Amino acid sequence: MSERKILVVGNGMVGHHFVESLVNARLNVSITVIGEEPRPAYDRVHLSDVFAGREPGELAMATREIYRDWGVDAHFGDPVSRIERDRKEVVTGKGRRFKYDKLILATGSYPFVPPVPGADHTRCLTYRTIDDLGQIRAKAKGSRVGVVVGGGLLGLECANALRNLGLETHVVEFAPGLMSVQLDEGGSRMLRHKVEALGVQVHTGKNTQNIDEGNAHALKMVFADGENLETDLIVFSAGIRPRDNLARETDLAVGKRGGIVIDYKCKTTDTDIFAIGECALFGGRIYGLVAPGYRMAEVVVKQLAGEEAQFQGADMSTKLKLLGVDVGSIGDFHGSAEGSMSFIFSDEREACYKRIVTSADGKLLLGAVLVGDCDGYDTLWQYYLNEIQLPLDVQCLIVPATEEAPLLGVGALPATATICSCHNVTKGDVVASVECGCCSLAEVKGKTKASTGCGGCSAMLKKLVDEELIVRGVTVDNSICEHFSHTRQELYHLARVGEIKNFDDMLAYHGRGRGCDICKPAVASIMASLWNEHILEHKHVGLQDTNDTFMANMQKDGTYSVVPRVAGGEITAEKLIVLGSVAQKYGLYTKITGGQRIDLFGASLNQLPAIWRELVEAGFETGHAYGKSLRTVKSCVGSSWCRYGVQDSVGMAILLENRYKGLRSPHKLKSAVSGCTRECAEAQSKDFGVIATENGWNLFVCGNGGMRPRHADLFATDLDDATLIRYIDRFLMFYIRTADHLQRTSVWMDSLDGGVAYLREVVIEDSLGIAAELEKQMSHIVQTYACEWKATLADPLKLNRFRQFVNSGEADSGVVFVKEREQIRPVRPEERLRLVAVTE
Amino acid sequence: MSGDDNMKAAPDYEWQSICTREDLVPGSGVCALVGTEQVALFYLPGEQPQLYAVSNRDPIGHANVLSRGVLGDIDGRLVVASPLYKQHFDLLTGDCLEQQDLQVGVYDVRLDGDTVLVAV
Repeated sequence: MSERKILVVGNGMVGHHFVESLVNARLNVSITVIGEEPRPAYDRVHLSDVFAGREPGELAMATREIYRDWGVDAHFGDPVSRIERDRKEVVTGKGRRFKYDKLILATGSYPFVPPVPGADHTRCLTYRTIDDLGQIRAKAKGSRVGVVVGGGLLGLECANALRNLGLETHVVEFAPGLMSVQLDEGGSRMLRHKVEALGVQVHTGKNTQNIDEGNAHALKMVFADGENLETDLIVFSAGIRPRDNLARETDLAVGKRGGIVIDYKCKTTDTDIFAIGECALFGGRIYGLVAPGYRMAEVVVKQLAGEEAQFQGADMSTKLKLLGVDVGSIGDFHGSAEGSMSFIFSDEREACYKRIVTSADGKLLLGAVLVGDCDGYDTLWQYYLNEIQLPLDVQCLIVPATEEAPLLGVGALPATATICSCHNVTKGDVVASVECGCCSLAEVKGKTKASTGCGGCSAMLKKLVDEELIVRGVTVDNSICEHFSHTRQELYHLARVGEIKNFDDMLAYHGRGRGCDICKPAVASIMASLWNEHILEHKHVGLQDTNDTFMANMQKDGTYSVVPRVAGGEITAEKLIVLGSVAQKYGLYTKITGGQRIDLFGASLNQLPAIWRELVEAGFETGHAYGKSLRTVKSCVGSSWCRYGVQDSVGMAILLENRYKGLRSPHKLKSAVSGCTRECAEAQSKDFGVIATENGWNLFVCGNGGMRPRHADLFATDLDDATLIRYIDRFLMFYIRTADHLQRTSVWMDSLDGGVAYLREVVIEDSLGIAAELEKQMSHIVQTYACEWKATLADPLKLNRFRQFVNSGEADSGVVFVKEREQIRPVRPEERLRLVAVTE
Repeated sequence: MSGDDNMKAAPDYEWQSICTREDLVPGSGVCALVGTEQVALFYLPGEQPQLYAVSNRDPIGHANVLSRGVLGDIDGRLVVASPLYKQHFDLLTGDCLEQQDLQVGVYDVRLDGDTVLVAV
């Protein structure tokens, strides 16, 4: 066989990227992968998301099936134990042997645990793998305090994880400041300020000397300065060390402080063995970021394809969000180059810090630090990366704009400008993908992989794609219809700010023409969300779909169905009997709905008031089955009856349903409450779902069933009743304010930059400072609730509309029912013909 | 009928008094029974003319519902959107905007004082 055997040891992010690149290169090679962990590669960068509710499975970058489809022979959970270079073979722990022509070491790194006595305690953990997360989660159970040793990038990520687990979180750092690798002193100070404001306690300049048994807590950390700190668990995240032992044992050159020495071709001292990623030492340096590792992988693939390629170091600039704080770091921000100039802007009130360093002539950007506000990152990074000449008044790049700041638009960038540094995608690549027919951001992402790594470039990529599409005459039109050049969200804000209370004013101020069946109901819904007036008020008549107009659901034959509210699905025998007698009296078809209530079909327009008079008298309210509003809050029977229930799910469902009933929203809203983790109420398929825990409630958001089902995301855990309701208030009101017309919560969330994490910031951390306002608005809606049917029955003018004909009491002759399974249903066209034939 | 003097209807049409202005809903529709025909009446004060009458039958949904549709304009044509499947019908010509070969019947209609008259 002429196929070369390529063997990859290690299946982390870089190892996987190598395999993927190699497969895409379509060379005549056989590929074998041996990974130590029991699962294929996953996204380690976003590990802490798991504690914020993301499923570990969602982090996966590869699956066994994908590898099988690619024809890759992959083995997991049986790590390589030695390399036999003379035989060109590796041997696994279980004694299996694999031959290679070329060997790629992508063994990564391990967390550095300082040699402190007591650091081997079972409550001392590390943070690197999904299995580590399991350990941390297990030990966090029943713990109150957690310490992260290490105030670097990973350490702060880990602190976020502990915080998400509900622990009082401390960060202990040896250096005098946080993130000393990426930030200067000023930036580091501002970061500390912000992190502390979030309730994380920061201890810098602390040299841990001993870890002893604690008094109040399991452990006591003793520092060199004599102080100590008690905690229930410690996670070490004090840097990484390359995993070079395989190389070491087979006598490849390694660095003094570890790392497999490679040259600019990523070759080790054996020409048939390459090393890539965090296990490799290039130019005396370990590259602890994913992007340089990807570059190394690509360099090796190119050589295997017979091309020339060199690794020339990598840009270590990063932009990230740590504990919700924006942090950016570009190039040489310390200003170590001779004659370089620094410009620093620091605003303690807004808690933001920016520094840029330029060359001596002020023409080139050498580096930058941003803390608290990364808006300028993309622009600065492009100046740096593409060596674009800076404007004369450099300071305007970091001083808050009084007028329009000279942002570097994507249009101004050269084709060679890197847009996505994780996948090394240039502006030219993106433009080419649009040339080739990609017509949306999603398609461009799929084709180029841009913005699928750290996601830091997503805003810039969107702008570029939009611009390219517009240039090609593809309209990126967000208008709701031909009468308004605005999105629903914009209309909402226009109505709110301008206190516009009817459609005519809306049209006069912001639209044109006469409106239509798209914008009229949309504006009516906005008016309802904002001002909560009765939907049959004179000025809103004519705006509503028939269902909203007649407060019932039109069926295919023009008759309506009636759905009274049965909050939480709980109903007394007396009320059930009323529903039965009403159905019997008016000859209606009855069916139990998926939302745990009863639907009565076949009512004609003129019957609706009489039917509702009886229902209202028996204590029923409208169920809003016709509205873009809250439908039902389903529940299981909960702790009152169920052997497994841990909370009163029915009680909570009724509370929630009564709170949000009648709330008008961009689309219908569904909810459910389950009394235990068995989840009988299927809360995870709802717009907001609640699942009882031993300690309170877990809140899930943005799920739905229907055409494109989506599992809800875990949003917050172990909430008490008041907090649960507060979060749901904020969540729903934020959705109502910002979603597009007919956009379900799931699609809305996907459209938010930052997704569920962003939503959490807004709702839980109040990052926009609007939480109080959202709650106030919701409270207004709750307080002004009135049953629309009850109000209608009391108003003869409104009742006047419920006439089949204005000039006759006759029924609609087009409505004909036949019997099926002892109930009525509309006649089918072919049956109608038969009926006519028979009667004639 | 006494108010028939000044009307210009074709001679083979007969104007029938249907209802009063009070029965109409500004900006929306109601349905009247004219003989055995169901006629949707739309009242748009401020438009010229301000009264429109089309057949109440939706030829696509096969149900008598057009009077309960939302009114509006598409490319300058006044239309009603069927409440069933949302196709638009031109109020003046009865043409369906989505399906060129379909149309609904239109009727001459006018106000005489506060009386609504339809030509049959």
